[in-house]
Amino acid sequence: MIIKKIATTIAISLISSSVWAGCAFENNIELKSLSNSFDAMKAVTESMAECGNVTSVLDVDFKDKQPEAFAANPSLYQIGGVSNGTMVPLLNAGTIRPLDDLVAKYGSQLKPSQLIKVNGEIMAIAMMVNNQHLMYREDVLKEFRLEVPTTHAEMVAAAATIAKYNVVDYPIGGTYKAGWNLGEEFVNNYLGNGGEFFGEGNAPSINNATGVATLNTMKSLTEYMDPEYLVSDSTYVQQQFQQGKIAMATLWATRAGAMDNAEESQVVGKVIMASAPMGTARPASTNWWDGIVFAKNMTDEQADAAFRVAMEGIDTEMVLANNDDAVWLIDGYVAGSAAAGAIATADNGAAPYPSSSPGMGAMHTALGNGIAAFLTGEKDAATALADIEAAYTIAATEAGLM
Amino acid sequence: MNQKTFFAFIGPSVLMMVIFIALPLATVLKQSFYVTQPVYQTLEVETCTPNFTGQVCVKEIKTIPTIGDNGKVITQTSFVGLVNYQNVLELPRVIKAFANNSWQQFISIDFWKALRFTLSFTLITLPLVLFFGLVIALCINNVAKSIRGPVIFVSLLPMIITPVIGALSIRWLFIGDGILTSFLEWWLVRDISMFAQAWTIELMMMFYRVWHVAPFAAIVFYAGLQTVNQDTVESAIIDGASRWQKLRYVILPHLMPLIVFVTLIHLMDAYRVFEEVVGFSSQAHVISLQWLTYDFLTSDLMGNRSIGRASASSMLTMIGIVLLLIPVLRGVWIDYKGKRL
Repeated sequence: MIIKKIATTIAISLISSSVWAGCAFENNIELKSLSNSFDAMKAVTESMAECGNVTSVLDVDFKDKQPEAFAANPSLYQIGGVSNGTMVPLLNAGTIRPLDDLVAKYGSQLKPSQLIKVNGEIMAIAMMVNNQHLMYREDVLKEFRLEVPTTHAEMVAAAATIAKYNVVDYPIGGTYKAGWNLGEEFVNNYLGNGGEFFGEGNAPSINNATGVATLNTMKSLTEYMDPEYLVSDSTYVQQQFQQGKIAMATLWATRAGAMDNAEESQVVGKVIMASAPMGTARPASTNWWDGIVFAKNMTDEQADAAFRVAMEGIDTEMVLANNDDAVWLIDGYVAGSAAAGAIATADNGAAPYPSSSPGMGAMHTALGNGIAAFLTGEKDAATALADIEAAYTIAATEAGLM
Repeated sequence: MNQKTFFAFIGPSVLMMVIFIALPLATVLKQSFYVTQPVYQTLEVETCTPNFTGQVCVKEIKTIPTIGDNGKVITQTSFVGLVNYQNVLELPRVIKAFANNSWQQFISIDFWKALRFTLSFTLITLPLVLFFGLVIALCINNVAKSIRGPVIFVSLLPMIITPVIGALSIRWLFIGDGILTSFLEWWLVRDISMFAQAWTIELMMMFYRVWHVAPFAAIVFYAGLQTVNQDTVESAIIDGASRWQKLRYVILPHLMPLIVFVTLIHLMDAYRVFEEVVGFSSQAHVISLQWLTYDFLTSDLMGNRSIGRASASSMLTMIGIVLLLIPVLRGVWIDYKGKRL
C-alpha cells in the first residue's frame, strides 16, 4: 500500500516536472498560490501544478497570512484561494486585481455565475459553493427505525434513542472548536432562527430571546457529543465520522466526499447527506462560495500566466476527475449523492454568510471566544451574550466602526 | 583595561540591545497609547455572487475603508491615553464583580482569567521545576562515571524538543482515544476525556512544562554540584551528618545562587506561557496573558487587528514579570550587600 503510494507520488512528480499532461500550455513564470486546505482546493491546486512552475501553499490559517502577503509589493503570492468571507479584507485593502481584461482574453470557459462582480468589475472567479448540511449514518437510523431529523429537537430526540445502545461512541458530532468554528456554529443557528446581528450603526443586537434560544439549542446538542467538543474542528469530526464513532453531524458539504473514500473511511456507502436541520426561520446553515483572486501587486506577464494557470486549475477536466469533492459551479459538474444535502439546504432557503456587514469580523471573533463560557456552564446564556456584545463593542470601537 | 577599550568591547552589544530590545519596547509603549483606524466611507455597492442556482446581485449601502491615491487604505492615528489599557483591564466589570462579591464573575473577564491561570501556572511549576531539577542532578551525580554521559544526554532530551512540538505530542497522546487516554481508561475502567474540562488541561500543561524545563534546572544544578567543597562534605560526614543533613546544610547553601538563577529564568519564562495554550487548543477553558496578546493581534474575518490593545496587553505582561522578579532580586541584593559589609 505504502509502496504503491510512494510510486504514485514519484510518478505524479515526474509528470508535473517533465510532461505538462493535463495543461494546455507550458508555464515558465514562477507562480505561488496561498489558499485554505480542503479536498476540493487540493484538486484545483494539483491541476494548476500540471502547468509547471506553480507552488501552492494550502494552509488552514491562510486567512491570517493573506492580507499581509497580498499587501506586499510585489505580492508574495500571485494567486489566492478565498471564500465570500475571506475576500472582504483583500477587497477592502485594494490588494486584488480587477479581472475584466483577463476574463475577456482567457475566460471563455467561465459561466456568468462564476464571475464575482463588485460595482460591475470582476474581482474574483468562483469555483464552487458550500454550506453545512446534515450527514447521518443510514444504517444506524434504520436500525432504530428513526426518521431523518429535520430540526435540532428531532436530532436530539434521535440522539437520545441512539445513546441507549452501544452502536456509536457519540450520537452527534459537531465542529465546536472554540474560536472560528464555534462562532460559525452560532452564526448558522442564529440565522436559522431568523436572528439579526446588528442594529443601527453596527451596534450589536444578539442579546435577545433568539440569541438565548440559539445557545440553548447548541447546548442541547453538545450533551450527545464527544465531551471534548470544544477542541473538535471539521477535520476531527470528519475523521470521527469516517471511523464510525458518530452517527449524525452538521458538517461542511466539502466533507461529504471523504465519507466514501475507501482509503480512510470505514463507513463507505453508509453516510447520507440531507438538508441542515431547520431553525425557526430557515436551515441552520450558511451558503458560502469559494473562488480565486489575483494579487494587484504583480506584473502584467505574471497576471497573464497566473490567470491562465488558474483557468487550467478549474477546468472541466479537473471537475470530471473530482466530481464529488464539492458542489462545483464549473461546466461538466454532475450533482451526485454527495451534493444532495447541500442542495436541499440551499433549496430550504439557507441564508448567505453575512460577510457584507462591516462588523461581522469582530462579531464572529467575539462569538468564537465567548460562547464556550456558556457551554461549560461558567456563565448563563444572557450573561454570555451580554459579555460577547461588550467584547464586540470594544473591538468595533477600536476598529472605528462604532 | 582603559575606558576606551572597555567601550569598544561593549559598544556593539549595547547598540544591538538598543536596536533590538529598547527601540521595539519604546514603540510598543507608544502604540499602547494610540489607536489607528481606517477612514471609512459609506457607499452604495452592487455585489454579484453565486449561489446554488445562479447569480444574485445585491445593492447595499456599505461602510468600507477609503483607498488613497497610493493604493493603500487611508488611516488615521489618534492619541487615546489609557483607553487601550482600560479595554484590556475592563475595570468597570471588575468593580461590578466585586460589588456582587462574585469571584466567578471576576474570573470570567478575559484579562483576569488569563492572569489567574498565568500566575498559578508560574507559581505551581516553579517549586516543581526546582525540586525535580535537583533530584535529577543528584541522581546524575551519583551514577557510575562510566554511564554518566548517556544518562545526562537522556535526561536533557525533553529540553531539546521544540516547545510547540512537545505540547502537540502530549496533546496527541491524550486527545480523544489517544494512547495514554486509552491506557488510563483501561486501567481505571471508566471513560476519560482529558480535554473536556479546565482542570485536566491545566494539569497536563503544568506536567508538560515541568517535564520540559526540569532538565535545564538539572544541568545547572549538576554543574554546581561539581564545585561543592569536598573538604566541607568530608568534615560533615566525620561530624556524623546524615545524608539529609549533608544536603540541607552543605550542598543546598552552596547551590543557592544557582537556585536563585533558575528561579529568575523560570519566572520570566513561565509568565510568558503560550505554547501550551496553542498546542492544547485550550482557549475554551484556559487562556494565558501571552495568548491574549496574540489573540488581539490575530486579524478577524474583515482584516481588523487590535494593535492598540495588543500593545497595552504586552506592556502589562512586562509589568507583571517585573513585579514577580522584584522579591527575588531584592533577596539577592540584600544578600550581596550583607556579604560586602
